[in-house]
Amino acid sequence: MSESAVNSGRLEATATHGVTPALHHQFEDIEQQREAGNFGMWIFLATEMLFFGAIFTAYIMYRVMYYPGFEAGSRGLEASFGATMTFVLLASSFTMAMSVHAAHAGKRRMLLGFLFATMLLGIIFLGLKFTEYTHKWHEQLVPGLNFHPAAESLRGAPEHAVELFMCFYFFMTGLHALHMIIGIGLLGVMAILAWQGKISPENYNRVEAAGLYWHFVDIIWIYLFPLLYLVGGRY
Amino acid sequence: MNLSYRLIAEVFMAQWPQLRPEDASTSAGQVDRLYFFLTGLTLFFTFSIFATIFYFMIRYRRRSEKERPPETEESKVLEITWIVIPGLICVGIFLWSASLFFAAARPPRGSAEIFVVGKQWMWQLQHPEGAREINQLHIPVGVPVQLTMTSEDVIHDFFVPAFRIKMDVVPGRYTSEWFQATKIGSYHLFCAQFCGTLHSGMQGSIEVMSPTDYAQWLRDNSGNKSMAESGQELFARLGCDTCHVTDGTGSGPALQGRFGKQVTLRDGQTRVMDDAYVRQSILTPGSLPLPNYRPVMPTFQGQISEEQILQLIAYLKSIGSERIEAP
Amino acid sequence: MSTAVAEVPVESRIHYLNASYGIKSWLFTTDHKRIALLYLGSITLMFFIGGAAAVLMRLHLIEPAGALVQPETYNKLFTMHGVVMVFFFLIPSIPATLGNFLVPMMIGARDLAFPRLNLLSWYVYITGATFTLYALISGGVDTGWTFYTPLSSHYVNTHVIATALGVFITGFSSILTGLNFIVTIHKMRAPGMTWKRMPLFLWSMYATSIIFVLGTPVIAVTLFLLGLERLFHVGIFDPAIGGDPVLFQHLFWFYSHPAVYIMILPGMGVVSELITCFSRKKPFGYIFIAYSSLAIAMISFFVWGHHMFVSSQSVYAGFIFSALSFAVAIPSAIKVFNWTATLYKGSISYQAPMLYALGFIGLFTMGGLTGLFLASLATDVHLHDTYFVIAHFHYIMVGGAVMAYLGGIHFWWPKITGRLYHDGWARVAAVVIFFGFNLTFFPQYMLGYLGMPRRYAVYPAEFQVLNVMSSAGASILGIGYLIPFIYLLWSIRYGPVAGPNPWGAKGLEWETPSPPPTDNFEESPVVPDEPYGYAKPEHAHV
Repeated sequence: MSESAVNSGRLEATATHGVTPALHHQFEDIEQQREAGNFGMWIFLATEMLFFGAIFTAYIMYRVMYYPGFEAGSRGLEASFGATMTFVLLASSFTMAMSVHAAHAGKRRMLLGFLFATMLLGIIFLGLKFTEYTHKWHEQLVPGLNFHPAAESLRGAPEHAVELFMCFYFFMTGLHALHMIIGIGLLGVMAILAWQGKISPENYNRVEAAGLYWHFVDIIWIYLFPLLYLVGGRY
Repeated sequence: MNLSYRLIAEVFMAQWPQLRPEDASTSAGQVDRLYFFLTGLTLFFTFSIFATIFYFMIRYRRRSEKERPPETEESKVLEITWIVIPGLICVGIFLWSASLFFAAARPPRGSAEIFVVGKQWMWQLQHPEGAREINQLHIPVGVPVQLTMTSEDVIHDFFVPAFRIKMDVVPGRYTSEWFQATKIGSYHLFCAQFCGTLHSGMQGSIEVMSPTDYAQWLRDNSGNKSMAESGQELFARLGCDTCHVTDGTGSGPALQGRFGKQVTLRDGQTRVMDDAYVRQSILTPGSLPLPNYRPVMPTFQGQISEEQILQLIAYLKSIGSERIEAP
Repeated sequence: MSTAVAEVPVESRIHYLNASYGIKSWLFTTDHKRIALLYLGSITLMFFIGGAAAVLMRLHLIEPAGALVQPETYNKLFTMHGVVMVFFFLIPSIPATLGNFLVPMMIGARDLAFPRLNLLSWYVYITGATFTLYALISGGVDTGWTFYTPLSSHYVNTHVIATALGVFITGFSSILTGLNFIVTIHKMRAPGMTWKRMPLFLWSMYATSIIFVLGTPVIAVTLFLLGLERLFHVGIFDPAIGGDPVLFQHLFWFYSHPAVYIMILPGMGVVSELITCFSRKKPFGYIFIAYSSLAIAMISFFVWGHHMFVSSQSVYAGFIFSALSFAVAIPSAIKVFNWTATLYKGSISYQAPMLYALGFIGLFTMGGLTGLFLASLATDVHLHDTYFVIAHFHYIMVGGAVMAYLGGIHFWWPKITGRLYHDGWARVAAVVIFFGFNLTFFPQYMLGYLGMPRRYAVYPAEFQVLNVMSSAGASILGIGYLIPFIYLLWSIRYGPVAGPNPWGAKGLEWETPSPPPTDNFEESPVVPDEPYGYAKPEHAHV
C-alpha cells in the first residue's frame, strides 16, 4: 500500500501510511495551526514592509535632493544585468506558485521539481548579483571600502552624492540578497520536508507560507529595479 | 478679565520668586499666560480626579467580604461628554498656542540682525556693525532682534529662558528666531541640544542695555570694520572678484543688486538668492548650475568658516541695492 | 485580606515550575510561563543597571558644579540610563513578562501560537543586551539615547556602534513577541471568547503588539544607517558630507514616539484588571476602554514631529503634529474617566496591587496633562529639552508604567509562584515609592519652567534647591524599589501557599491552580458570557 503511494508520487493521509501532520500541542486542531501559520507569515511580511519602507523613504528623500548624483550613479549600473535578474525572479515566482499548486494537489515529484527550480533560479539571481558587485569593486565604486570613481562615472555630479547613491544601492540590494539567501534556505527546508513525505494536501501551508515570503521578496525587487537601475530613463 | 487674571497670577508668583523665570521679552508674558492656563487646567483635572477617587475610596470601601456591588449602568451620554469637552478644550489650547507660535516665527520688518555661529562648545556672535562676541550678546532694549544661526559642527540650540525663545542651531543650514527685550538686565543663554562633552559648559548671557548704552558699547567694540566690510575684504582675498566681475564680463554673474532677487537655474527651477542660497553656492557650487554660465566655480568647503560666510552674505546684502551696470 | 487555603501542598502537585528540573529545562523551554520568568530575571537585572546610573546622576546633581563625576562620565551615565531603561527594561517589561505569562491563559489556550519563536525572542533579547552591556563595560557611549547626528555619527569616539547594534538586535525580540501575540489573540481564543469578551489586558496587549510590529523595523533601519555612516563615512546624516541631520530625527522619532505608547499601553491594561478586581465591578465603558487602546496605537504613528518643533521643521508641519498630539491625548483621558467611574458604587479594598493602580491613575493623569504643555506649540518652545520634559515622561514611565508593572507583578504573583507575599510590607513599599517618586520628579517641572536644560552636568546655582529636593526624593524612591525585591523573593520560599484565586478575581487565569500546570488548564476553561462578571452570583467551582 505504502509503496504504491510513493510510486504514484501522490501522498495520501491513510491510517497505515501515517502522513498525519504533526499537530503542535498549543493548537486545538490542524485547521487552527494552518491558519495561525499563514496569518503569522502575513504579519511578518507587514514588518518587512515597514523595514524596507523606511529605507525606501530615505532613498526617495535623497534622490529628490541629489538627483544629478543619483542619476549618475544609476547610469553606472548595468541595466541589462538588472533586467535579467528581474526576469529570473519573475520566473522563480512562477515556479514557486507551481510548487504551492503541486503541494496542494499532493504531487510530490512535481513539488520537489518546482522547489528545486525556484531555488536554482534564486541561486542564479544571487550569482548575477555577485558578479555585479565584483564589477563595482573593479570600477572602484564601493563606498567606504573602495570608492575612487573615475570622472566619467560622476557625469558632473558631486562625488558625495554618487557615493550616497552607491551606498543605498549596496544596502538595498544587499538586504534584498540576504532575504533571498534566507528564502533559498527556507525552500531547502521545504524540499527536505517534501522528500520526507511530510507535505500533503491537508498539510501544505508551510509551503504556502514559504511561497508568500518568496513572492514578497520578489515584489521588493520589482520596486528596487526601476528605483535603482532606471533613474533618468534608458534610451 | 485678562488683566485681573494676570494680576492674580503675578501677585501669587511674587510670593515665590523662584518659581518663575524672568519675564524679559514681549512674548514672555503671552507664553506665560498660556502656561498658567495649562497649569490651572492640570491642577484642576488632577485634583478633581484625585478628589473623586479619594471620595469613592472612602465611601465605597469594602465593608465585608461578602459584598457584591450592583452593576452600574453604562452611560453613552457620559462617555460622549467626557470625550467632547476635553476635545473642545484641546482645540482651544491648540488654536491659542498655534497663533502665538506663528507670530513667533515671523520676525517684524526692520528687526536688527545678529549672526550666531555655534560650535563645540561656545557661541560666536557677530553684529553687522562689526562687533564680535563670544558667549555674550549685547543688545538694546525695546528693539526687535532677529538671530540668524548656524553650527560649525553638531546640532546646538540657542535657548534664552527669560525671553521664552529656543531654536536648534543646525549645521549645514540657517535657522532663525527673533525676540524683543523689554527689561534691562543680564539673562541666561543655554545650549539646549546635547552637543557633546561640554554641552553644559556652553552657557552665556544676553546683556540687555538701554539704547544709548548699547550705541556706546557698539562704538567701543566694533573695531574698524563692519561685517559687510570684512566680507568685502574676503571677497577680494578669496578671489571671488576675479569671476564675479562688476561689469558682468567675468566667468561668473555680477552680484550687485542680486541679493534677495529670484534666480532661475539651468533646469528651470527658481530660487531666491537668500542667505541659504549664497551659502550653498559657496560650499557646493555644482549643485546650483546656471544657464549661460559654465560650472567652473570651485568649492570653498574647508577653506572658509561659517563666520566668514556670514560676512560675505553681509557684503552681498550691502551691495544688494546697487544697480547692475550694463557691459 | 485574602482567604487563601492551602488545598493541596504545592510539592505534591505537578505544575510548570516543577514539571522538569535543571538548567537545560529552563534554557530550552518552550513553555510561555517559563519564558516569562526568564524575561523577568533579565529585565530586573537591566532595571537595576539603569537604576544605578540614575542614582549616580542624582548624587552628582546635588552640587551645581557637579559633585561626583566628570562631564564625560555624566554624559555616559544619562545615555546608558536612557538606553537601558527604554530599550531593555520598559519596552519589554509588561509584554515580555506578564504578557507572555498571561496572554495564553486569559484566552484559554495552552501556549502562544509560536512557542519556539517565543524562546528565540528571549535569546535575541539576551544577545542584544550583551552587546549593550559590552559597550557599557568598555567605557559606555555618550550621545544620549536619542543618538542625534552628526554628533553620534561623526563627533564622538565612544561605543556607538556596539550600543546601536545591541538595540538593533533587541528590536527583533520585540517584533517576534508582537507577532506572536497578534496571531495568538486572533486565532487561538477559546470557543465562546469573542473579541468583546476578552479581558481589557488583552486589548491593550494587542494594541501594543501592533506598534511593536509596525514601528520597530523603522528604528532598526535608522540605527543601521547610522552605523553605515559611522563606519564608512558616507553622507547620510552628516551635513558636512552632504547628509541631512534632521532626516535622522524624523526616522528616529517615527519609531520612538510610538515606542512610548508601547511602554504605557500594557500598563493601562494591567490597571484595568486591577481596578475591576479590587472594586469588584466590571469596567465602566468596557468598549470605550478597549477601542481607546486601538485609537492610541493608530494615532501614535502620526505625532512624532512634536519632538521636533524647534528642529527647523516647517511651521505648518508643526501645526499638524501639534493638532494630532492633542488628539492622541483624548483616548487616554477616556480611560482615566472610565477607571474612576468603575470605582463608583464598588466594593473597594486596598491591597498593594490596588494602591499601585490608584497611584497610576493619579500620576498618569498629571503626566498626561503635562503632555499638553508639550503638545502646545508656544509652550513647547520654552519647555523643550528642559527638565519639564524629563518630569513629564518620568511621570508617565515611572509614575505610570513602572507602578502598573509592580501592581501587576504583585497581583499575579500568587498565580506565577503559588505563594502569597506579605501585603503589609507591600503597601508600605507602594506608599514609599509614591512619596519618593513625587519628591523626585515634581521639582523637575519647576526646574524646567525656570529654564534648566536637560543633560546638564553642571548648572547655575539658583537651581540647586530644587535639584537637592529631587535627589532626596530619588534616594527614597530607590529604597522603595528595593523593598519589594526583598519580600517577593522571600515569599517564594516562605510565603503562605496560594489557592487558585486569592483575590476573588474574574478571568480564565484564575480558574486554574496556582502555579498553573504546564498546559495551563486541567480541564477546558469555560468562557463566561461576559467578562468581569463580578455582579453575578458565585459559581460553586470557583
